[in-house]
Amino acid sequence: MASTHNGATARLMLSPAVVLLLVWMAVPLAMTLWYSLHDYQLLMPRGNEFVGLENYVYFLTDPAFFQSLANTLALVMGVLTITVAGGIGLALLLDRPMYGQGIVRVLVVSPFFVMPTVSALVWKNMFMNPVNGLFAWLAQVFGMRAIDWLAEVPLLSLTIIVAWGWLPFATLILLTALQSLDAEQQEAAKMDGANSFARFVHITLPHLARPIAVVILIQTIFLLSVFAEILVTTNGGPGNQSTNLAYLVYSQALLRFDVGSASAGGVVAVVLANILAIFLMRLVGKNLES
Amino acid sequence: MASIALKNVSKSFGGREVISSLDLQIERGELVVFVGPSGCGKSTLLRLIAGLEEVSSGQLLIDGRDATQLPPAWRGLSMVFQSYALYPHMSVRDNIAFPLKMAGRDKETIERKVNEAARVLNLQDYLDRKPRELSGGQRQRVAIGRAIVREPVAFLFDEPLSNLDAALRVNMRMEIAALHRQLGATMIYVTHDQIEAMTLADRIVVLNAGRVEQVGSPLELYRRPATLFVAGFIGSPRMNFINGAEASRHAATTIGIRPEHLSVSTTAGRWQGKVSLAEHLGSDTFVHVEVAGLGAIAARAAGGLDVRHGDTLWLTPDESCLHRFDEQGRAIGA
Ligand SMILES: Nc1ncnc2c1ncn2[C@@H]1O[C@H](COP(=O)(O)OP(=O)(O)O)[C@@H](O)[C@H]1O
Ligand SMILES: [Mg+2]
Repeated sequence: MASTHNGATARLMLSPAVVLLLVWMAVPLAMTLWYSLHDYQLLMPRGNEFVGLENYVYFLTDPAFFQSLANTLALVMGVLTITVAGGIGLALLLDRPMYGQGIVRVLVVSPFFVMPTVSALVWKNMFMNPVNGLFAWLAQVFGMRAIDWLAEVPLLSLTIIVAWGWLPFATLILLTALQSLDAEQQEAAKMDGANSFARFVHITLPHLARPIAVVILIQTIFLLSVFAEILVTTNGGPGNQSTNLAYLVYSQALLRFDVGSASAGGVVAVVLANILAIFLMRLVGKNLES
Repeated sequence: MASIALKNVSKSFGGREVISSLDLQIERGELVVFVGPSGCGKSTLLRLIAGLEEVSSGQLLIDGRDATQLPPAWRGLSMVFQSYALYPHMSVRDNIAFPLKMAGRDKETIERKVNEAARVLNLQDYLDRKPRELSGGQRQRVAIGRAIVREPVAFLFDEPLSNLDAALRVNMRMEIAALHRQLGATMIYVTHDQIEAMTLADRIVVLNAGRVEQVGSPLELYRRPATLFVAGFIGSPRMNFINGAEASRHAATTIGIRPEHLSVSTTAGRWQGKVSLAEHLGSDTFVHVEVAGLGAIAARAAGGLDVRHGDTLWLTPDESCLHRFDEQGRAIGA
């Protein structure tokens, strides 16, 4: 900034946006914090008395909490693994010159534009349904027992559904990165005697380290709060087998009408997400610098 | 050290012929320079030899053995790319060690060879840096180091100096010449710069539109250019070409005379003209003279010649250094 005078003007000009953002974020956060300290049950209006940290104790000692925490992490890790590995594979394939490249690229990217609710319902009813689903039919063709995906392996099913939606994102970013890889480097490695696997490990992967870090960072932020897919498929069940933190908070608030402990859950989720974010930023930030 | 032979080699890209039935023999230990204007197919020819492009037809022999179908790594050649193509995430040490690692050499051998190459190329102090922390000249050296450690049967250079500034270019040129003497290696060097070609080469191959115009030592090309193209390309400043009546008097379609083979006088001579530009370099003076009936003629005069724009000068060609060309642009028997 050129001078202090300019600085003051700039701050003044920025202030409406900043104030709006603050109100937008700070007010709900403050209200959540406030509710989380009160006994606020929608079904039993008892005067909303102050209960201190009781809601937190209740939420954190709920067995569903630990399971949902584990589920959240499993979902994030699972989707990250599939999308990063699959994204690298797809990007490598799409990077090769081939007939109909443009259309294939559009097709590969298209899942990203399908709403999570829609894609999850399609998966649920057309693929994973134990009676009418494509997978059940396939199993039958090979004479095997049809799997009731959403009941038997709910978390895995969800991981697949969510990963399908995020795969294009990873593919797109990694493909762009691949296209910026210097062809002469590959040729130099060829002359240096590196076979295609060695070239992948020593040239391509290091080149992709940065975009992979970006993919992981961005996806983690969104994957921590996966909700729509769970709501329309398993409703967190059977039991709590596919309940993640976001869904647990929802079920506390809007299925059990316990606003107090839902707020406490929300605060816990925010804290956990921040811890994870800081951890990731450290990890990825190092990668981004070098 | 290997000999390399190209037999009737052609290369087309989607129907467009870039190299047409080219024959060439490169002897062991020779430094051959491919020179020609941009887009004439020098890089393509080099990449054909390296195996980075497949020949459309013809044969490539390395040390007499057919290598036409061999993958690049098996040809035993090293290449230095125009962009250096260093591996950006590896240290200088790892860059140089990479071909050895790929060849599965043991740790001590790698260590020893990398240090040896670093010593030859003056890179000892930079071994732990990343390529982006190096200057252009240092990067160039790393690329050469990576080429040396494999102990290739021949080196291929594709315009290795074109990204360096002028002073560094002269330096690196001398270093490459020294390296050639030191290793006694077969080298193929591609450039569009005829000065680089003249100063480095044992033999020069002049390429034009995918064809060999002439092959010969630098002085052969200078003294006896086989075609108008070679005559115009080799030598700096360019040869003067004269058509019309003056050429007919010598029984040629075109005659050529180099600026250094014209004697310049302020009093008398064969051709009279007005100076349009005088370039005083100190050691020499280059004068561009507008001669009636002949056009603009460049001549080299002694550094002390004090002429300026508009002065009248007389030029006299040294008849023994006159080049004569027929309609097809071929030299008429010397
Ligand atoms: N991969 C390619 N596909 C199609 N045309 C090419 C390819 N590589 C080179 N060419 C063409 O071949 C000609 C010679 O190119 P190149 O060998 O790079 O020239 P130089 O190195 O002498 O400047 C150019 O006209 C170029 O457009
Ligand atoms: Mg080139």
